[in-house]
Amino acid sequence: MDLTVGPNLFFWPAETLRAFYRDLASLPVARVILGEVVCSKRLPFWQDEIPLAISALQAGGKEVALSTLALITLKREGRLTADLFDMGLPVEINDLGALRHVPAGVPFWVGPLVNVYNEGSLRWLARRGASRICLPPELPLSSIAVLAETARAEGVALEVWGQGRVPLAISARCYHARLHDRAKDACQFVCADDPDGRDVDTLDGQKFLTVNGVQTLSQSTACMARLVASYEATGVSALRLSPQSGDFASICRAWRARIEEDIDADTLVGRIRPLVPGGSLSDGFPKGGSGAAWSGVA
Amino acid sequence: MMELVCPAGTPAALRAAVEAGAHSVYCGFADETNARNFPGLNFSPADLAEAVDFAHARGAKVLVAINTFPRAGAEAIWHRALANAETCKADAVILADPGLLAHAADRHPSLRRHLSVQAAAANPDAINLYAEAFGVRRVVLPRVLTVAEIAAINRAIDVETEVFVFGGLCVMAEGRCSLSSYATGLSPNMNGVCSPASHVDYSEERGELVARLGGFTIHRTPKSAPAPYPTLCKGCFTSGDQTGHVFEDPVSLDASRLIPELAKAGVSALKIEGRQRSRAYVAQVVRAFRAAVEAQAAGRPLPDTMLARLTEGQAATAGAYAKTWR
Repeated sequence: MDLTVGPNLFFWPAETLRAFYRDLASLPVARVILGEVVCSKRLPFWQDEIPLAISALQAGGKEVALSTLALITLKREGRLTADLFDMGLPVEINDLGALRHVPAGVPFWVGPLVNVYNEGSLRWLARRGASRICLPPELPLSSIAVLAETARAEGVALEVWGQGRVPLAISARCYHARLHDRAKDACQFVCADDPDGRDVDTLDGQKFLTVNGVQTLSQSTACMARLVASYEATGVSALRLSPQSGDFASICRAWRARIEEDIDADTLVGRIRPLVPGGSLSDGFPKGGSGAAWSGVA
Repeated sequence: MMELVCPAGTPAALRAAVEAGAHSVYCGFADETNARNFPGLNFSPADLAEAVDFAHARGAKVLVAINTFPRAGAEAIWHRALANAETCKADAVILADPGLLAHAADRHPSLRRHLSVQAAAANPDAINLYAEAFGVRRVVLPRVLTVAEIAAINRAIDVETEVFVFGGLCVMAEGRCSLSSYATGLSPNMNGVCSPASHVDYSEERGELVARLGGFTIHRTPKSAPAPYPTLCKGCFTSGDQTGHVFEDPVSLDASRLIPELAKAGVSALKIEGRQRSRAYVAQVVRAFRAAVEAQAAGRPLPDTMLARLTEGQAATAGAYAKTWR
């Protein structure tokens, strides 16, 4: 197994992103996906960083792909999506509509926000040219095992969520703007205030969700440390790490040590926990229970 | 006239909807293949065959929702549902999963295919993809679009569009939401349920009724006030120094006043949510909306008092159809 760093889901300043991708170029991960997934209004503020990040990452020997938006509704967003295919890099699709822009014979990747729940859907995507698929995070291990077998037969690399706040929903409404009593069109980019999203707790103070513009994430950071062996056994070929603020380099190094079997799951968890925003972890989804559940001591 | 597509959770509700003037009724089988997989609801294949005969004798159509995402290793359950729908002479099936659509196009080519709202096809590229790849003839649009965006979509596609006008309101793009499974392990996509009653727990604490879902507090309501069902995205939460309905208030959708604009935007069919509702409710809503689409077709003003009575005493919103909702 190897490691994929997914697209940064949050709205970070351009200089923060430049440093993030410069550092990532020398970290022990196999590939990196870049691009704006959540809100097209953010893109003008950081799109000039994309070519710089691509060169830095490629110089560091990383495989680089570009991500589409998760929810394409505007004409402008459709054009942005079509343009991604002109950059000569693999494109990870996170809205099925983007499939229509894939040039004939060019392989593409499928992101975790596309619904691949069964063999039929996986096979259909493979036959249209999907060469790598990251499964939706809510899938249980029993489904992952079946899909890994289909993926092997179709020659598709299969990836699952390894670590990061889990994307749970996407909407037309911007919850960040709503929390500031603004409409989406007058948001004044308030999502930039929260580099890991804005936490939403229950009335009893339970840590619950995190809003990130039009996206809702889990507040817990999913950490599949204790599932590495099961994933390896089913034939999953990569784990996805989702960017967060803070010491992401140490997170990548700890994960690498785990998949090289230099450290065990508990050691990985011990290294990760102090680094994740808010400090809470979960690994319930692959076990088929609530996604928020955690196998260790809370 | 715009087609009125009405919900039926039971054969009795289906008959009530047809008698109240539904042009089409949608329903599902009593299992995990449909997105309203609630105890005591839905149809057996025998129920469906009878219901189709009843509807056809009165000039109405029956659409069968098979709109969850088949479980890996158990696709046969969904394939059987498709075969049963065809055997029962359903007028169309409403599907969301690409794999299931591919199977339907291949094995049941003459069974008309509609794209479920659970596929959340929100742009012309996605809709045209489903039309080209699977021969989809109608798309139920996700509740994330404004009327202007719907008009633009209709100019760029060749298939029919259907939109929700009344009933429960998803605030997230449908079919792309795992909030329910994050709290309970059960989701609309996998299990056909959202915020399931099996995981709801009520308790009385300090004079308040506390409703929890999978252990997470969704509402605390003073004992004297009406307590809404703890649907996760309509819950009351705290973020920083703010407490309130972070995602959406406990409201339902009422876009009845937008019928003329939706007609102008090229929408073919209007959908009413509520397969979990009683047949009396269904009959009342269908009657009001049938009067409204007839008035619209004849160029008469909408029957406002009749429509207003439907939401009396409840909070309603036009949702994403109005740009300010965002």
